[in-house]
Amino acid sequence: MENYAVYVPRLVKKKEKFAPGHRACIGCGEALAIRLAFKALGNNVIVANATGCAEIFTSQLPYTSWQLPWIHTLFENTAAVASGIEAAYKAMGRKGKAVPPDTKVVAIAGDGGTSDIGLQALSGALERGHNFLYICFDNEAYQNTGNQRSSATPFGAATTTSPLGKKSIGQFSWKKNMPEIAAAHNIPYVATASPGYPFDLMDKVAKGVATPGPAYIHVYSPCPTGWRCPTDIVVKLSRLVVETGVFPLYEVENGRYKMSMELPQLRPVKDYLKLQGRFRHLSDDTIKMIQERVELDYRKLLEKAKDGSKRSKRKSSPGTAKVSA
Amino acid sequence: MTQRVGVEVSIAVADAVRMANPDVVAAYPITPQTHIVEHLAELVANGEMDAEYIPVESEHSAMSACLGAAAAGARTFTATASQGLALMNEVLYVASGMRLPIVMVVANRALSAPLSIWCDHSDLMSVRDTGWVQIIVENGQQAVDNTLCAFRIAEDRRVLLPVIVHLDGFNLTHVIEPIVFPEQADIDKFLPVSSYPLPLNPDKPVAMGSFAPPFIFTEAKWAQEVALKNSKGVVLECWSDFSKISGRGYSPVEKYKSDGAKVLLTTMGSIGETASVAIDRMRAAGKDVGLLKLRLWRPFPFDELRVAVKDADVLIVLDRDLSFGGPGGVLASEVKAALYSLERKPKVVGFVGGLGGRDITMDGFEDIVNKGMEIARKGSQHEYEIYGVRE
Repeated sequence: MENYAVYVPRLVKKKEKFAPGHRACIGCGEALAIRLAFKALGNNVIVANATGCAEIFTSQLPYTSWQLPWIHTLFENTAAVASGIEAAYKAMGRKGKAVPPDTKVVAIAGDGGTSDIGLQALSGALERGHNFLYICFDNEAYQNTGNQRSSATPFGAATTTSPLGKKSIGQFSWKKNMPEIAAAHNIPYVATASPGYPFDLMDKVAKGVATPGPAYIHVYSPCPTGWRCPTDIVVKLSRLVVETGVFPLYEVENGRYKMSMELPQLRPVKDYLKLQGRFRHLSDDTIKMIQERVELDYRKLLEKAKDGSKRSKRKSSPGTAKVSA
Repeated sequence: MTQRVGVEVSIAVADAVRMANPDVVAAYPITPQTHIVEHLAELVANGEMDAEYIPVESEHSAMSACLGAAAAGARTFTATASQGLALMNEVLYVASGMRLPIVMVVANRALSAPLSIWCDHSDLMSVRDTGWVQIIVENGQQAVDNTLCAFRIAEDRRVLLPVIVHLDGFNLTHVIEPIVFPEQADIDKFLPVSSYPLPLNPDKPVAMGSFAPPFIFTEAKWAQEVALKNSKGVVLECWSDFSKISGRGYSPVEKYKSDGAKVLLTTMGSIGETASVAIDRMRAAGKDVGLLKLRLWRPFPFDELRVAVKDADVLIVLDRDLSFGGPGGVLASEVKAALYSLERKPKVVGFVGGLGGRDITMDGFEDIVNKGMEIARKGSQHEYEIYGVRE
C-alpha cells in the first residue's frame, strides 16, 4: 500500500485538462483529487468553480491551470451558475445556436462552499434536476482562509475557530453528512470517493458525469497544511480514512446504496487520528466516543446497502476489483 | 402601426421580453415583480416563448443562474424587487465585472424594516454602484420600449454590461395602461440573435472570473468604468434607432416645459406623470416652473443635466429614498455634485418623499415647489426636507 502513490500515476492516463504549475500547497490532497477527477472527465466539459482553495490556486490573472472552459463567480452560488450554463446549452442547442452537443457541466466546490454557504443553491439545483455533476472536494474546514471550522469538520478536530482550549476539545459537532443530504433529493447518482483509491474515484466521476440528471460526488481531500500532518502521507490518510470506516466509499444509484469495497473489519480510528496534528490532543475517552460513533454510522450504512451489496457482488464492478488489488 | 391595447404593465413587460426571444429566464417570486415572471412562466409553458425557465430557490441563485447562462452565450433575463434585489447584491457586482449582458427589470419597492411591499426607490439606490447600466421609466409604454432596448444596449460589443430597467412597483407594475407593441419583424431586425464574444465553450476554452492581484485589479476596474461611461453613446444610439421603428424617443434627462423656466423640479419614476400635470396647473397659474425627469441613472447624464438646468435659479430635487445619516436623497446629492463645478448654477433644494408607497398628489407637488422656492430664498438649517412626515 505504501508504494501505491508511486505506481498509480503510471497506470492512469497521462492526458488531463488540469495543467501543472498551479499554486497549491505541497501535498495538497484536493489538487490530487481534482487531477484524478478531470482525467476521467475528458474534453467536452464546462467547469463552474466555487470560491475556495482550488479556485485560488488554479487561477491568478493572467494564468490558469484550466485547459477547459472554466468560470468562477462567487462562493455560495456554484450550483446555480451550473444550472444557468446547463439551461443555456439546452436552450441554445434547441434553438440552433452553435454549441457543441453533449457538453457536460461540472460544478466543483469545497466543503464550506457545499455544506455551509452553498447548500441552498446546491439543494435547489439538485431538486430542479439539472443535468450536471457536482463534486465536493472536502478538506474538512475553510482551508483557503486559514483552517476555520465548517460543518464538515470532524468532531474533535482543532481548527482556528474550533480551537483547543480549557473549555474546548476542538470541533464540538459531528460532521454534516453531505452525501446523505444529496441522496435525500432522490437524484440518480450520489457517491463518495477518495484519492487513495484513484480508479474508484475516476470510475465514479465518469459514471456521475454520464448520468442524465444531477449527480453528486463527495471527495475526501486531505489538507496537510490545515490538518497539520506530513505532506507525504496524504495517500496513506486517503486509504486509512476508508479502512477505519471514517469515510466509507459507497454509491447511491437511483436510491440503491452500494458499498464500493468490502471491509471485513474496520481498523481502529486511532490509526487514522494519531497521524494528524488536528486530533493530537484527543483523549482516549474521546477517541473511544469517536470509534463508537464511526461504527454506528458504518453499521447504519451497511444496513442501507444490504440489497445493493448482494447485487454488486454478483456483478463485481471493475472499479472495485482494481481497488482491492 | 400596431394597435394601442389596454394591458397590465407587468404583462406588457413580459411580452416585451418574449419579443426579445431570450434563451434563459431565471427568477424567484417577490411582490410586486410576480406578475412579470408568472406571465413569462406561462409563455414558456404554452410554447409561446422558446426559453429555459429556471424557477430558482432564491434571488441570489436567480442572478447566479443568469451569470452562468450569459457566460455560456445565452440571452438572459430576470426580474426582482426590493429584498430580492438586496439579496442578489453581491452577484450584481460580478455580472458587471465579468461584462455579462444580463437584462433585469426591477419593480421598485421599499426595503424592510418595517416591511413594506409598496414603492419607493431605496432598492434602486442600493444598487447604484454595482456597475449596471440603469434606466428608470415612468409609464408602461416606457417600460416595454426600454426592456427591448435594454437587450440591445447590454449585448452591444461596445458595452457588454448588464442593464436594469427600473419601474415603480404597483404604481406601474399593477396598473393597466394603453400600450403599443412594436412589430415583431421590426424587433427581430432591431435586436438580432445575440452572440457573446467569448462564451464558455469546450471548442475554445476561456477562463472567466480568475482572481486579480493588485497589479491588475485597478486596470480591470478602470476598464469597467470606461465601458460604463462610454455606454451612454450606445444608449443614445439605441434610443434613436428605436424611435425610428416606434416613433417614440427617449433622452437621459427628459425635459417637460423646462426650457427657460426659473424653477425646476426633478423626479425619477412614475411620479413624473403626476408631477407633469401639477406643472401644467402651476404654469396655468402663472408660475415659471418646469420639470426634469431622469431617464438614465447610470451612466449618470452629467452633460445633459448641466445643459438642462442652465437657465434655472432653483432646482428642486425629489427623492423617493433616503441615505440615512447623510445628505438626504441620493439623487439630490448626486445632482449637487454634478453642478458643483459650474460657475452659474441653480440653488439645489432636496426633498425626500413618497417613501413606502405614500402618494404625492398634485397639491403635494405644488406644495413641494412652493416650499422649495421658499427655502431657496430664505435658506434652511437642514440638508434636506422630508415631505409630509408626521413628527
